[in-house]
Amino acid sequence: MDTMTDPLTDTTRLDLAELTLREVNRTLHEMTSGEVVVTNPRGAHSVAAGLTAPLLVTIAGHCGYYAAGMNQLADVVVEGTAGVGVAENMMSGSVRVRGNASQSAGATAHGGLLVVEGDAAARCGISMKGVDIVVGGSVGHLSAFMAQAGRLVVRGDAGEALGDSIYEARLYVRGTVASLGADCVEKPMRSEHLAELAGLLEAAGFTDDDPASYSRFGSARGLYHFHADNAY
Amino acid sequence: MTYAERGLRESATFDRATIHGIQRAAATGVYDIRGWGAKRALPHFDDLLFLGASMSRYPLEGYRESCGTDVVLGGRHAERPLHLDIPVTIAGMSFGALSAQAKEALGRGASEVGTSTTTGDGGMTPEERGQSRHLVYQYLPSRYGMNPDDLRAADAIEVVLGQGAKPGGGGMLLGQKISPRVAGMRTLPEGIDQRSACRHPDWTGPDDLTIKIAELREITDWQKPVYVKVGATRTYYDVKLAVHAGADVVVVDGMQGGTAATQDVFIEHVGIPTLAALPQAVQALQELGVHRRPDGVQLVVSGGIRTGADVAKALALGADAVAIGTAALIALGDNDPRWAAEYDALGSAAGFYDDFQDGRDPAGITTQDPELAARLDPVLGGRRLANYLRVLSMEAQTIARACGKSHVTHLEPEDLVAVTLEAAAMARVPLAGTSWIPGTTGGL
Repeated sequence: MDTMTDPLTDTTRLDLAELTLREVNRTLHEMTSGEVVVTNPRGAHSVAAGLTAPLLVTIAGHCGYYAAGMNQLADVVVEGTAGVGVAENMMSGSVRVRGNASQSAGATAHGGLLVVEGDAAARCGISMKGVDIVVGGSVGHLSAFMAQAGRLVVRGDAGEALGDSIYEARLYVRGTVASLGADCVEKPMRSEHLAELAGLLEAAGFTDDDPASYSRFGSARGLYHFHADNAY
Repeated sequence: MTYAERGLRESATFDRATIHGIQRAAATGVYDIRGWGAKRALPHFDDLLFLGASMSRYPLEGYRESCGTDVVLGGRHAERPLHLDIPVTIAGMSFGALSAQAKEALGRGASEVGTSTTTGDGGMTPEERGQSRHLVYQYLPSRYGMNPDDLRAADAIEVVLGQGAKPGGGGMLLGQKISPRVAGMRTLPEGIDQRSACRHPDWTGPDDLTIKIAELREITDWQKPVYVKVGATRTYYDVKLAVHAGADVVVVDGMQGGTAATQDVFIEHVGIPTLAALPQAVQALQELGVHRRPDGVQLVVSGGIRTGADVAKALALGADAVAIGTAALIALGDNDPRWAAEYDALGSAAGFYDDFQDGRDPAGITTQDPELAARLDPVLGGRRLANYLRVLSMEAQTIARACGKSHVTHLEPEDLVAVTLEAAAMARVPLAGTSWIPGTTGGL
């Protein structure tokens, strides 16, 4: 198996041009610490999925579906674009996508930090359950659909039906919002929200942004109890 | 005087239940939500009969000649397939819909007879994992409580695409049952209605499912069998797509399958009967060359399984195992006459109670009320379930021996006839006393 460790940097290199995905992921699952570079991902699916240790993993290129899926503890950087469901159901750690992300980025994720430096497509943060997501550009329609908990920050614009059927997640958008989904409303930016947003932007590396230029959105809590007027 | 003696004639179209439904809708403006499965009469396993051996077949001796019941599920890709002692499993039912005591009892009962239980919407509890020798972890559209550690702690993964009681529908756990623990597991506020999406949030079709299953295998290092569960509708196509997507086991849940809470109109009017779905699923597996092969794809069928005869008929039609839900709850003590007065006080009756959504189950099973839940002794409940599972297995063995089979899965369609045209057409077995299988020249 072509697993190489650079003696000077102590970085393990896993080449997907030489190794199978199974071999790469098995190696990552067996490691308990260290720094890894996965080369030649070439759009492969499920790269670095299921990590459970505090690894530093760089994926040197574009990924397919579910990159870093269900991540726990690891810090993963995708040096390219990410396909559907990057960091889906992440529990902790962080995932950073240097390029754009496809739909359902951070879907159902419970914790950790997902940063998409470019744009994210539709349904970013769908059913998010505690994760923090910061998108450098814009997000597509139905982002934060049924979002339960956590924070979504959008430095650009949001597509239609933002926050549809949202529960207790908090959404911050700097640009325009095409439309709000069912039961999602704009809410005032109080001092605690400005502080929270500033912290998220700093964690994501966007320190030049003025939190006051953002708007906050959340649940009107009108769908919390089933009744006749809840039919959409 | 009785109604008949008074000359009163009930309308077949507007019978009393229908009239009550209209009155209730007019009064509340809200559709009826309830638990349980379809209650209408549907073609079912009762419409089939076994041809016990006489002259042309040779039966096995009941107490002397063995008849196996074990089954292996998930040998296609998984390093660790499930070896079950009996071909009857416990269907997915969530902690939240059910009390912790009920979940524990299910685990105890199933483990005692060497079969599996299944989690449900809301995640895995330590009690459930601790009591279940074989535990299948459901991966659901809501992903409530979804945790990769639990995924790895499970013995198999069931990707749920649909449920027989409500194919195409999402879930609805009303606020009455959202205790602090349930709310915490689902990352939602206590006491609010919990909606579940009808489709998975991060994939949109069978091609995506292929990739999703591969991801689940990567995360669990290819050790666990992956099931795909569908509600019975376009079963032939759904099963084929599930196999292509990489399922080790396909679970088909007919419309008699139960639910914790959904719209009555959904339960009674969406989906197809278990009897109609099963032959479609078998046909799909046979055409793909994966039916009843060691490296093939196993078929688990659920939806209204009640007796060993139902089990035997499902196996004869091609299922590798069956799953029970409602029947398991009844075995634990659901709708027990001992609580008759309390069922009456709730406006229902023992044997009719289906308001699982209200969380006031007198038997302590479909509730999160601590006082009600404490009524169910998990040890006793588990023993009752184990007894019932043993009876199902023994009944199926008895029938199999009578048909000359040394293993219950050796039963075959040739052992069956139908007593109604509808059942003959759906099950694809001859009408009793004839060699006629209606519709055999037709399509699917």
